[in-house]
Amino acid sequence: MSVAEDTLEKTSSQRDGSAVPTLVVENLKTHFFTRAGAVKAVDDVSFSVKAGEILGLAGESGSGKSITGFSVLGLIDPPGRIVSGAIRFNGEDLVTASPERLQDLRGNRIAMIFQDPMMTLNPVLRVDTQMIEAIQAHRKMDRKAARQRAYDALEMVGIPSPGERLNAYPHQLSGGMRQRVAIAIAFLNEPDLIIADEPTTALDVTIQAQILHEAQALCRRTGTAMIWITHDLAVVAGLADRIAVMYAGRIVETGQTDEVIDHPLHPYSVGLLGSVPSANKRGDRLNQIPGMTPSLIGLPSGCAFKARCPRADDHCDATPEVIEEMPGREIRCHHPHRQEAGA
Amino acid sequence: MTVEITQQSADADAGLAITQEETAAAIETPFRRFVSEFLESRLALGALFTLGAIILAAIFAPFITPQDPYDLAQVDILDGRLPPGSEAFTEYTMWLGSDGAGRDLYSAILYGLRISLAVGITSGIIAIAIGMSVGLSAAYIGGRFETFVMRIVDLQLSFPAALVALMLVALLGKGIDKIILALVVAQWAYYARTVRGSALVERSKEYVEAAASLGLSHARIMFRHILPNCLAPLIVVGTIQTAHAIALEATLSFLGVGLPQTEPSLGVLIANGFEYMLSGKYWISVFPGIALLITIVSINLVGDQLRDVLNPRLKR
Repeated sequence: MSVAEDTLEKTSSQRDGSAVPTLVVENLKTHFFTRAGAVKAVDDVSFSVKAGEILGLAGESGSGKSITGFSVLGLIDPPGRIVSGAIRFNGEDLVTASPERLQDLRGNRIAMIFQDPMMTLNPVLRVDTQMIEAIQAHRKMDRKAARQRAYDALEMVGIPSPGERLNAYPHQLSGGMRQRVAIAIAFLNEPDLIIADEPTTALDVTIQAQILHEAQALCRRTGTAMIWITHDLAVVAGLADRIAVMYAGRIVETGQTDEVIDHPLHPYSVGLLGSVPSANKRGDRLNQIPGMTPSLIGLPSGCAFKARCPRADDHCDATPEVIEEMPGREIRCHHPHRQEAGA
Repeated sequence: MTVEITQQSADADAGLAITQEETAAAIETPFRRFVSEFLESRLALGALFTLGAIILAAIFAPFITPQDPYDLAQVDILDGRLPPGSEAFTEYTMWLGSDGAGRDLYSAILYGLRISLAVGITSGIIAIAIGMSVGLSAAYIGGRFETFVMRIVDLQLSFPAALVALMLVALLGKGIDKIILALVVAQWAYYARTVRGSALVERSKEYVEAAASLGLSHARIMFRHILPNCLAPLIVVGTIQTAHAIALEATLSFLGVGLPQTEPSLGVLIANGFEYMLSGKYWISVFPGIALLITIVSINLVGDQLRDVLNPRLKR
């Protein structure tokens, strides 16, 4: 189809050969030091993503999922900082990497897609200016070649008449179109990892489905690893290979998507899934998780979910450790919904 | 598209340009929308036209004046204090009369406008460049640097601009370069405050974070992404401040601490005629005064319309 795509596919086959995950996050702790106290936005989070794999990072607002994404990019602004842990990207530790090295990786090897497409494109710069800039920031390429590459990228994400769109200003494009442009920008430099921070939240369901399909197809084809941050389990269910459920700065459950969706183990995952309306529950009252996400300042010891958990007892005053329930299936809970328990 | 542009530039009438804009609007750049909105006001259009005429007259003064008021060979002291419409010894009519030294006032005003405008605009551009960089970096870097810089700005703005300029000129002495320096010092803080205010808002927007996530350098994010979004208020303040600078220069010159007699700006001309006012020779002061008034009012009217068009809260 196009030059850019051919090269993309070539690199993808190279990547598939390696067994080392693209990104390994180990015991990451990102805290914000405010006057009211330390906010433990990300507290002891570990996960990994392989090439071509899509990891869904699900959780409520304020569960630390976005901060996890920003930590990987090294874009945590003071008063926040990464307190401890390791982020290994293709074997290289990003926590100890220099700001210059991180700047070089950002947009080049690791790209990000943001939530609100109305806000992520600069309103006063034309689409081509912004795309060419993203290319030229990382490689020596003349304007004409860069523009061609931008054209190919727009074509790749399914934008009709890319030539016209390149000359447009962001306000002339619809929301879905803008998000496609943002995705095209993320894929411009053929990154190894893309962090998508709720990119479909601001879109119509129909557009949302198109974007999800497009993103999934692109990841498969290019072998790009992707972290899809969302609060909508229905979105990740159809998209992600694996799901990590976050609550109050911790990952409480990870596993293959269908396993987590069909047999959630952690009471929080059970609650989350219960609050999603679906066809076979029509007419029934939707379950809701009582209470609110706890404040991350001065979180009480023990399980962060205990105040809202129907299964909580005295055991839950002790912080639950990560249990590997089955291979590739980890939970942090004293009382998981095991099969034999008849959940 | 090209056809449309040529049609539009060929058509001087503003109303027609707008209807074309609406019918054709294939690719509407922010700039073209701005132009068509600006031209909606007849008053602003008139002011812009007047300002353009004044600037052109100032630039081409040597070609449209009968006399070079700086060339002593062309100035005859015997022509001094002639009322408007008098015939000079050197066979041309002095439509606006002459001043005490025998200079044709019409010529002197145009030459004076040159100096006034040059001083006002030059100091404006330098002050914008300084104030913009300071305000932008203060907003972007933040922290102690921002606090330090903005306190200096506050300190400076707590003195009246005229006082600051007066003190500086008193220290530095006369001369065009010194006046420009004084005007820059008196003005940069306004620009710094304006730019910092809007840059703070822009900086927290998501596109800045997106630019950072693309691995763009800080300088690039500052000047290429944040700055263009801060231009609207800067243009408005810049226009109004340039009018202030011209008025301030006239004030200093009138007080006798500004430009020397050999480089007569409008302020110097007004000061020269001041002593003749009571003896009924009004024209020596009044005509340069009117020229100054028209210049400043037209700049302010243009500035007001710019403010209306560029202010998102007043969007119709």
